[in-house]
Amino acid sequence: MSAPILSVRDLGKRFGSMVAARDITVSVPAHQTVGVIGSNGAGKTTFINMITGHLRPTRGTIDFEGRDITGLPSRRITAMGVSRSFQVPQIFPSLTVFENMCAAAAICRAPKNFLGHVRTPFRSRESVAEADTLLELFQIARYRDTLAVTLPQGVRKLLDIGMAVAGAPRLLLLDEPTSGISIEEKFNLMQVIMSALRHRKITVLFVEHDMEIVERFAQRVLAFYDGTVIADGTPAETLADARVQALISGPRARGASGAVVHV
Amino acid sequence: MAKQGRIAASSALLAAAAVAALVLPGWMISLATIAFANGLVVLGLIVLWRAGLVSFGQALYYCIGAYAVALVGRWTGMTDALVLALIGGGSAGLVAFGVGFLLARYREIFFAMLSLALSMILYGLLVKTESLGSTDGFSVIAPTFFGYAPHQQALLVALYWLVLAICAVAALLVGAYFRSVGGALAIPLRDNEIRVEFLGMSASRLIHTKLVISGLLGGMGGALAALAVGHVDPNMSYWTTSGEFVFITILAGAGSVVPAFVGSLAFESVRSFAFAMLPQLWQMLLGSVLLLTILFLPQGLGSLIMRPRWRRDAEAP
Amino acid sequence: MLTAFAILVDGLVYAAYLFIVAIGLTLIFGVMKILNVAHGSFYTFGAYGAATAVGIYFDRGLPDAGGFLLMVLFAMTLGLALGLILERGIMRLVYGKDEVVMVLVTYAAFLILEDIVILVWGPGSYATYQPLLAAGNIEVGELILSNYDLGLIMVAALLAAASYWALKFTRYGRLLTAVIFDRETAAAFGINVKVVYTVTFVIGAVLGALGGAIMAPKIAVTLGIGVEVIVLAFAVVAIGGMGSIEGALAGALIVGICRAAAVHLVPQVELFVIYGVMALVLLIRPYGLFVRAQPRKI
Repeated sequence: MSAPILSVRDLGKRFGSMVAARDITVSVPAHQTVGVIGSNGAGKTTFINMITGHLRPTRGTIDFEGRDITGLPSRRITAMGVSRSFQVPQIFPSLTVFENMCAAAAICRAPKNFLGHVRTPFRSRESVAEADTLLELFQIARYRDTLAVTLPQGVRKLLDIGMAVAGAPRLLLLDEPTSGISIEEKFNLMQVIMSALRHRKITVLFVEHDMEIVERFAQRVLAFYDGTVIADGTPAETLADARVQALISGPRARGASGAVVHV
Repeated sequence: MAKQGRIAASSALLAAAAVAALVLPGWMISLATIAFANGLVVLGLIVLWRAGLVSFGQALYYCIGAYAVALVGRWTGMTDALVLALIGGGSAGLVAFGVGFLLARYREIFFAMLSLALSMILYGLLVKTESLGSTDGFSVIAPTFFGYAPHQQALLVALYWLVLAICAVAALLVGAYFRSVGGALAIPLRDNEIRVEFLGMSASRLIHTKLVISGLLGGMGGALAALAVGHVDPNMSYWTTSGEFVFITILAGAGSVVPAFVGSLAFESVRSFAFAMLPQLWQMLLGSVLLLTILFLPQGLGSLIMRPRWRRDAEAP
Repeated sequence: MLTAFAILVDGLVYAAYLFIVAIGLTLIFGVMKILNVAHGSFYTFGAYGAATAVGIYFDRGLPDAGGFLLMVLFAMTLGLALGLILERGIMRLVYGKDEVVMVLVTYAAFLILEDIVILVWGPGSYATYQPLLAAGNIEVGELILSNYDLGLIMVAALLAAASYWALKFTRYGRLLTAVIFDRETAAAFGINVKVVYTVTFVIGAVLGALGGAIMAPKIAVTLGIGVEVIVLAFAVVAIGGMGSIEGALAGALIVGICRAAAVHLVPQVELFVIYGVMALVLLIRPYGLFVRAQPRKI
């Protein structure tokens, strides 16, 4: 039984008298795909921000691959192998898709020491090769020479996540990967994302509001409410949990075809 | 290959420029010397401009470089032009390093304003300092070149060649910088700084480096200009001086290296011509050209020219 | 004690001058997000206009009060015309472009206008001291204060009060505040932003010209006054916060008093003090004293 890739103990965050997160204890084994659900303000983003180092916890510890990363600066945590994607895709609009990916690959490869960014060439064979590989992996190679600003939302999301993968992270946090995507496209999008991430053997935590997506793609679900985890188990277990239904997902019913439908 | 073609063309241009000094009249050589010295400052501006930072305070480094040369010459009797130029550049670079800790935190209008404030602070200090000649400034000793002390035409030519050599080296180094990670990330920084940070690179450090480079170049330019003109005064730190550098950068297009020098040469030539012929209308001419340039580049300044060059510069090895 | 009082009075006078000049600049920035370098031109035209008016009116035996009025009105009319021409002619061609591009456009306009001043008024300087003399002096203890200077302080105070009242209590003022706060939403509510822009720009121009007119009797009206005033106005606006009228007031007071103190106590740092204070304020509050940074949402 190998050590968990991410281990969070008694994690908490307060802003003055306002408690954004409390008593979070979670252990994630490597290669697991975890869905994170909860209504807005429940503490999911605070949780993610603490793991990536953008917020300093006021209580508790975070261990990544056995090392304590609590309170470390975000750039260090990124360098150690934790990456994230964004609800609103953060890309470089005036560059092409290929250039975007190259930039990500180059940044991740550049030594972070004092003048590393001056001494390292931008277009190296390795980073160009990695960029092309990622474009293939996320199935956006046909957009290679398209300006990022003109991309449809779905492709932007894939580019955003692809860029996050450029640094070979072992843990990836996805913030609402399907938000803003039409219902018809959501499943396809998640399919592409998940198979790419599985191919790279990356452990994934993804925040989602769409329960069907969560059910289909998560091996495990964490339900957040009021700053803490109120349920933690398989999708079936968690989504059947009475509290989760009452506070987050709403009641579930079975439709005529026998499929689960959220009312 | 395109790259070899460009190297050949640049070398040819450089050689032509050097040889031209043997046949051109003194005033032209002088003009070109000052223009190329200023071109170094513009190059520094371009380094920042590519990252989306428009500095309205390059005059600060220009002035520091100039005064450093004047003071070192006066106090130590050092006259070697190259040494003085390096001292000028180095002093300004040092100041840029220090100032950079503050300045690297700002963007857009606030960056422009703070850089302007800093140059005006120096102006204010110099104007009120009697020992440094206050508004009159003071003169710079004639330079020597590795022990050789030329006069008149020979002096003009020697300084011109030194400036050409320094500009060529600077152009090569800056070109190489543009092909490095730090230099090539200028556009991603401008586009989405937050993403660059999230990928693990410190935006502050990238910008701080650019500030130091622009300070070095600005100081070097100021030092050489001081040697060429033979005089320094606080006006070199006034905001209108910064404005001129910005103007040349707009005309030149912030995409690459060579236009910095060509643009500067064009500017100095037109300035001399305009001063001689219609001194009352010089500013109006400047302003009109600036306006027309802005209006007829619909994509905004530089970005039309910048994109293809950026791609070309960052091409595979 | 005398020095302290002298510093206070000098500081207030200088602050009054700075405020009158800066308020137009901060208004234009707040509403249109343009850092208007041509503001220096409004000031210049106002000063030269006042010089012309004074030259025509004074020394003819006419009542002095009329002179003041003519000077101010003439300058403000020039400002109005200039503002309209500039806004309708050039500015509207570049709305929506990058902020820095807009600054460069106003810089271009400033350069052009500087030479127009030479063309119209020639390169010489004008002495416009008559209104200053006409106002006379009063004695306060051991100090002799110029009535003109005191009048300046009153005008600035009135202007501050008037703009505060106008922005808060008139319909148009509230429209302006809305546009300053969020242009897009204001437009979505049906506010005609284009008209607001024109009106704002013209008001800014008129105020700038007013500043020039008021200062004309105190300075030598000559080439280059616009160049100096721009950076001073920028410093004041940067300190107070762009777009904030109370910020302009605070900035003007801070710079005015600091400069007066420097002039009386440590003359060498007079010029340094203004920009030093600006750099210091920007260090602590990057957006100025009265403006908050807008966080970026991702």
